[in-house]
Amino acid sequence: MKTDNYILGIETSCDETAVAIVKNGKEIISNVVASQIDSHKRFGGVVPEVASRHHVEQITVVLEEAFSQANMTWEQIDAIAVTEGPGLVGALLVGVNAGKALAFAKQKPLIGVHHIAGHIYANRFEREFEFPLLALIVSGGHTELVLMNEHGSYELIGETRDDAAGEAYDKVARMLELPYPGGPQIDRLAAEGDESIDLPRAWLEEGSFDFSFSGLKSSVINTIHNASQRGQLLNKEDIAASFQASVVDVLTAKTWKAAQKYNVKQVIVAGGVAANQGLRKALGSRFVGTNIPLLMPPLNLCTDNAAMIAAAGFVAYKQGERSGWDLNANPSLMLN
Amino acid sequence: MNILAMDTSNQILGVALLQDEQLIGSITTNIKKNHSIRLMPAINQLMHEVAMTPAELDKIVVAKGPGSYTGVRIGLTTAKSMAWSLDIPVVGISSLEALAWQGHFYDSYICPFFDARRGLVFTGMYQTKNNKLELSGEEKNVLMEDWLKELAESREEVLFLSPDITKHEDLIRTHLGDRAIIPEGPFHMADPSHLAFAGLHTQPDSTYGLTPNYLRLAEAEANWLKKEQRKNG
Ligand SMILES: [Zn+2]
Repeated sequence: MKTDNYILGIETSCDETAVAIVKNGKEIISNVVASQIDSHKRFGGVVPEVASRHHVEQITVVLEEAFSQANMTWEQIDAIAVTEGPGLVGALLVGVNAGKALAFAKQKPLIGVHHIAGHIYANRFEREFEFPLLALIVSGGHTELVLMNEHGSYELIGETRDDAAGEAYDKVARMLELPYPGGPQIDRLAAEGDESIDLPRAWLEEGSFDFSFSGLKSSVINTIHNASQRGQLLNKEDIAASFQASVVDVLTAKTWKAAQKYNVKQVIVAGGVAANQGLRKALGSRFVGTNIPLLMPPLNLCTDNAAMIAAAGFVAYKQGERSGWDLNANPSLMLN
Repeated sequence: MNILAMDTSNQILGVALLQDEQLIGSITTNIKKNHSIRLMPAINQLMHEVAMTPAELDKIVVAKGPGSYTGVRIGLTTAKSMAWSLDIPVVGISSLEALAWQGHFYDSYICPFFDARRGLVFTGMYQTKNNKLELSGEEKNVLMEDWLKELAESREEVLFLSPDITKHEDLIRTHLGDRAIIPEGPFHMADPSHLAFAGLHTQPDSTYGLTPNYLRLAEAEANWLKKEQRKNG
């Protein structure tokens, strides 16, 4: 009797064309990511039409690479999981239509996956989940706290009311005239600077697990502007350090509070900003010595990849979820 | 030899199946609805009707544009992914050529075009030679007005075919008068069975290398190139 399941994952929600094969939702057999970052650099950000064009050029190349690295054949694949949303619609469409075409041609089950569920499941390659579990998701498009009571169940307990954390990083990086992508640059500068500038922390109402970063962003703009009017030149490293401290303080404190309130057995960090050293350090020292284990994915699994989509797709596959041939890209798909 | 052809490059959604050079079925709709939702169900329905499995396919033909960027990508991604996974050849045929087949028996120039907004069209000039359609010159993205002035210089009659014909008919008449032949009825709609036949004898493309026939750069790319040229010029 066959007991192992192999899921083919496809992810094209933003600027990475990615295909992976994952065994039993926990073991990466192959994981191929074609990044477009060099192409988008000249525009200072991801251009949706350009991203879509790259995806269609890359998709079969990346598929071939994923199969050849895994040294596997179609007969061994049990199902196809593809990112359905959220993301850039034109980019998502390439993955969704590739997934449907493959599933139809090879007569395999098809499963649409939420991109954030994927980010959460990137942690399962490191360690088995224990429920209830709290996930902090931080990326260019998302800042969310999600509670999971079992596999495949997602309860949103907090989200950003304006900018995502990653978005705030990109905007501040642009103000500091740092090269794209700005997030890692701020992280690097912050390590060299002092938190000498007093910036606000948006705690919102008592007990709220929501976030807000637009006030902080304006505050950074004003600080730079006021200083230059006084003829003062602020140290970029100090701005980066002070900004990062404000973001990280709020993320860490709210995650800690939510972890206690919901009595969770694990805390998981996911999304591109999970690669941020400042955040990893702050969360690490908050949870060290407590009885709540903190899981952070390895750096290569923090950014978008298809292994995480296959891992989340495996759970949905086991729970009997199937998508029809009318599966479509949904740029504002809800997690539930 | 079983051939599946698909066209989602413009408003028409077309799917056709050939078996041993015979058309055995096709589905065509001309409505404003989402190609991404409807293409795979249409292929599934057609193959089910004729009792053919995907594993029995020998070749895939796809309309590669010009047209809607998104529509073109839906068709191309589907065709490439199917062909790659089934390990069969794929052929991309220009969407303008597919439309030009509607004028196959016309013995002068055939001008298929798609509206591309802001007075622009995607177009080219085709002619039937030895029972084959040949493109003379290049397909392009031009102002309809400029294109018609160019056509007015020659003395030939031209057959115009386009799903957007009503939008441009007056302008065509202004420039070409009676030399413009504009048929009535369904001749302005590309037929996926012609697409399939066009692909039948065309050399396959490389599955990895087949890319859309956009005829236009992404706007950000065009602006970036202009800036670069200014910098270097
Ligand atoms: Zn992501």
